[in-house]
Amino acid sequence: MDFLRPASWEEALAAKAEHPTAVPIAGGTDVMVEINFDHRRPEYLLDLNRIGDLEEWEVGEESVRLGASVPYTKIMEHLRGELPGLALASHTVASPQIRNRGGVGGNLGTASPAGDAHPALLAAGAEVEAESVRGSRLIPIDAFYTGVKRNALAPDELIRAVHIKKADGPQQYSKVGTRNAMVIAVCAFGLALHPETRTVRTGIGSAAPTPVRAKAAEEFLNAALEEGGFWDNGKIITPSVAKQFADLCAGACNPIDDVRGTASYRRHAVGVMARRTLTWTWESYRGTDGQTHQKGSVA
Amino acid sequence: MPSNGAPIGTPTKVTQGSKTKGGIGESTLRPDGTLKVTGEFAYSSDMWHEDMLWGQILRSTVAHAEIVSIDTIEALALPGVYAVMTYDDLPTDVKNYGLEIQDTPVLAHGRVRHHGEPVAIVAADHPETARRAAAKIKVEYRDLPVITDEASATAPDAILIHENRDDHHVGHVPHPNIVHRQPIIRGDVEEAAKNADFVVRGEYTFGMQDQAFLGPESGLAVPDEDGGVHLYIATQWLHSDLRQIAPVLGLPESKVRMTLSGVGGAFGGREDLSMQIHACLLALRTGKPVKIVYNRFESFFGHVHRHPAKLYYEHGATKDGKLTHLKARIVLDGGAYASASPAVVGNAASLGAGPYVIDNVDIEAIALYTNNPPCGAMRGFGAVQACFAYEAQMDKLADKVGMDRVAFRQLNAMEQGTVMPTGQAVDSPAPVAELLRRVKAMPMPPEQQWLAAGEAADVRQLPGGLSNTTHGEGVVRGVGYAVGIKNVGFSEGFDDYSTARVRMEVVGGEPVATVHTAMAEVGQGGVTVHAQIARTELGVAQVTIKPADTQVGSAGSTSASRQTYVTGGAVRNSCELVREKVLEIGRRKFGSYHPAWATAELLLEGGKVVTDGGEVLADLVDVLEGEFVEVEAEWRHRPTEAFDLRTGQGFGHVQYTFAAHRAVVEVDTELGLVKVIELACAQDVGKALNPLSVIGQIQGGTTQGLGVAVMEEIIVDPKTAKVRNPSFTDYLIPTILDTPTIPVDVLELADDHAPYGLRGVGEAPTLSSTPAVLAAIRDATGLELNRTPVRPEHLTGTA
Repeated sequence: MDFLRPASWEEALAAKAEHPTAVPIAGGTDVMVEINFDHRRPEYLLDLNRIGDLEEWEVGEESVRLGASVPYTKIMEHLRGELPGLALASHTVASPQIRNRGGVGGNLGTASPAGDAHPALLAAGAEVEAESVRGSRLIPIDAFYTGVKRNALAPDELIRAVHIKKADGPQQYSKVGTRNAMVIAVCAFGLALHPETRTVRTGIGSAAPTPVRAKAAEEFLNAALEEGGFWDNGKIITPSVAKQFADLCAGACNPIDDVRGTASYRRHAVGVMARRTLTWTWESYRGTDGQTHQKGSVA
Repeated sequence: MPSNGAPIGTPTKVTQGSKTKGGIGESTLRPDGTLKVTGEFAYSSDMWHEDMLWGQILRSTVAHAEIVSIDTIEALALPGVYAVMTYDDLPTDVKNYGLEIQDTPVLAHGRVRHHGEPVAIVAADHPETARRAAAKIKVEYRDLPVITDEASATAPDAILIHENRDDHHVGHVPHPNIVHRQPIIRGDVEEAAKNADFVVRGEYTFGMQDQAFLGPESGLAVPDEDGGVHLYIATQWLHSDLRQIAPVLGLPESKVRMTLSGVGGAFGGREDLSMQIHACLLALRTGKPVKIVYNRFESFFGHVHRHPAKLYYEHGATKDGKLTHLKARIVLDGGAYASASPAVVGNAASLGAGPYVIDNVDIEAIALYTNNPPCGAMRGFGAVQACFAYEAQMDKLADKVGMDRVAFRQLNAMEQGTVMPTGQAVDSPAPVAELLRRVKAMPMPPEQQWLAAGEAADVRQLPGGLSNTTHGEGVVRGVGYAVGIKNVGFSEGFDDYSTARVRMEVVGGEPVATVHTAMAEVGQGGVTVHAQIARTELGVAQVTIKPADTQVGSAGSTSASRQTYVTGGAVRNSCELVREKVLEIGRRKFGSYHPAWATAELLLEGGKVVTDGGEVLADLVDVLEGEFVEVEAEWRHRPTEAFDLRTGQGFGHVQYTFAAHRAVVEVDTELGLVKVIELACAQDVGKALNPLSVIGQIQGGTTQGLGVAVMEEIIVDPKTAKVRNPSFTDYLIPTILDTPTIPVDVLELADDHAPYGLRGVGEAPTLSSTPAVLAAIRDATGLELNRTPVRPEHLTGTA
């Protein structure tokens, strides 16, 4: 195995163009586990750790440009206000040690349906900044996940950053694991209210071959909120609306039975999380619940 | 009195006082504690030898198959490879090993019987080269049907896992795919059942738990100039390993030297051999030191697990709540090789009734041979599975009778003098009712602790934790109780002795005791306790604990909660013999100066010889000047006897130990997630030689019991018998956020048969923890829950 250590982003792109099978490694929290378990023997490892700007972020007018290697710990500590859903998701990633190393770029590169960041990115709305020697492009998050552990990157492309819309309303994130910390998702759910556009967006993890949005549920809820004038009158969402939303979210799942849980449980749990996160975000939007940030998740 | 007429022991006489600092009863700190916490401790996987090679094992990718061919040519051709060995390269006629039954092939011969069975071994100059070479070995398998449960194992046309069995159980088992069967029959169950006003029946399933010790299997074999080998190894019992290793190598035991290296936990999983023989074979073949370290994935295949079990229980009670009878059938899955299965069967059967007075009992326990992963020793050893079932039954029966669940248990609790279903009278304190009273009397943790810190929910106090699944929605509290009984020490007539060598001399102007045993320190704190015993018995401040090795006699296994009892007993005994010799020297040198040398009871305290009245007769430095005293002696606890093969009657166990738990849980009833809030434990330890270590053992055992209640399970595919989750990603063990507050109430009711009156501590808390958590979850959900671990799908009707 050759270990490529580009000193700059340009060198990294050149190396990737020359060796399209090279596996990029930053925090190493996915790649090293696979290598240690002998599940993967890449011909080339492309070490991105010398490229400092991958660990930086910029807060713009509309969105945050988050470098691919910004560790989860930094997201929790510095971007709670702008990216509340992703900050909550970051909290659920593994252990403090892993959160100090791992970043969203790795989650996207691996594109596992169980990646913790995906539902938050889907719900917030994001674009992946992919680059190669041929040029740079922004891939909408909805088009990024193409299959189990497959994504829309071309073989010569690297993820440089993710552009995530700044929160314009409450966001929530829930994840079911069978342990109270340091656990891979059995399933996960992200929800973001977007009062500016009067829309809601969702993200579901580990309950389909790829991370997915529950589009029918979003459309139903958008219509129900619009019809009842909820965005303006701030009324409580009726249990029947919440239930229908939850059922549609469960219906958006296409899960499997595996060692972590049954398909039937995953559908059920996504429904429960959808209903609860809707209640939390909507109560927060209505302003009746001034402190939606639960203590344990404050960094 | 055992039927062989041997005395059952005499009351303990503690002659030595407590004036010497750091003696028994004090919470002296562990010598290895700081090193382990700061990452400085050298574990067996940290060993290094100049010029050493790395060993690698090729394991079967299927659970049951004939081996058609093995082609090692490509592997041998890889640069850096020094040796590739298969069954055909084994040097002697001894090609199997095993704790009791030598049925486990060192390397597979013609057939593999479980997923991950060793087929070939490689030595190379780099671990990656060794791995690549192993991958280049071509093994052609012809699949055989897999046997995975009782029905497939005992079917009339079932393939025999082991043909031509000649072990001593084969004569009494109903089918050759049953390793051992032990019935326990007492009274008349059919007649007693007629007097039962209430009868409850249950079928229970116990999942396969892994010891999940953090330090994977590893060791270093160094060839010696005399043709022998020196093995540095993390194990639980050096001499048991030695007895199995030497014949395979074709060496006398004197040429296989073994030294214990840093052990990163054991819990029964190091009782069987793992890489010991493989490393020695490669070292002798290549003439170079060979190190083998499993990674976590391999570790899941590298040691036996806790037997998964099916348990069928029927209890009866009168309307007054008195137990009338018990009928039970316990089916343990031993997997492909026997390991400790026979002894686990004996334990499950003889302890299957629990700590209750039941005069009419009919229990049958068996262990199967299947193609599932081999199962053997794990903390609790057969008593764990039974406790899960009988405690569920006690709750059901109490409810039927209409009694409080704790009061019902107390009404039926055994006590000193109770006769076990084996006919053995319990001849030391058995405070079962008192332990239950104590856990019940502990203050309850406050309700809704997630709201304690303010208006917003603290998710760390809720099911799901930081995964943020509930802010209180769907959360219901439940409370459950359980109590268990475990034996201490090796049972059923086993010659369960230990050896200690104790030396006393003056070093640097101070009297120093040196304790040398072969006891495996696996984290239990035996080395701490040995030093405390030596201080108490010899009155010295300085005690040196020598590294455990085979240069001294066997200490027996670090298992069965036995080491403080047995090797502690051996250290004490050798210290007493040393003390007598020291006093003899004293009398010889100074006897004429003071009449008390001849007339008084003499003690060694604070570095001096004193009378029982406290008068100082001599300084130990003066007594020992120019002298040393050394004694190596074996020590035995009172003998036990085998259980009768038809009735299970017999004085089978040395000592019993009891613990009770109260579990308080919060269950998210919609998502099926569980947060254990508190696991209170009360346990009788006879005498706490080191109270801090005792608390640590109880909290650790409690947590391991919690693990198998809510998360820990090796999942084996029933169609292929392959392990599906051999990693810490999918085999979950409790983190600190899953570990509740564990208040501990320690009783010290002396067992007069045991050294200092002590009772083995390590296993009992593992028993009752699991059923207490299950009972609490049942209390919260109203569900029956007849299997453990319980998973979210079991709590939400989505299994």
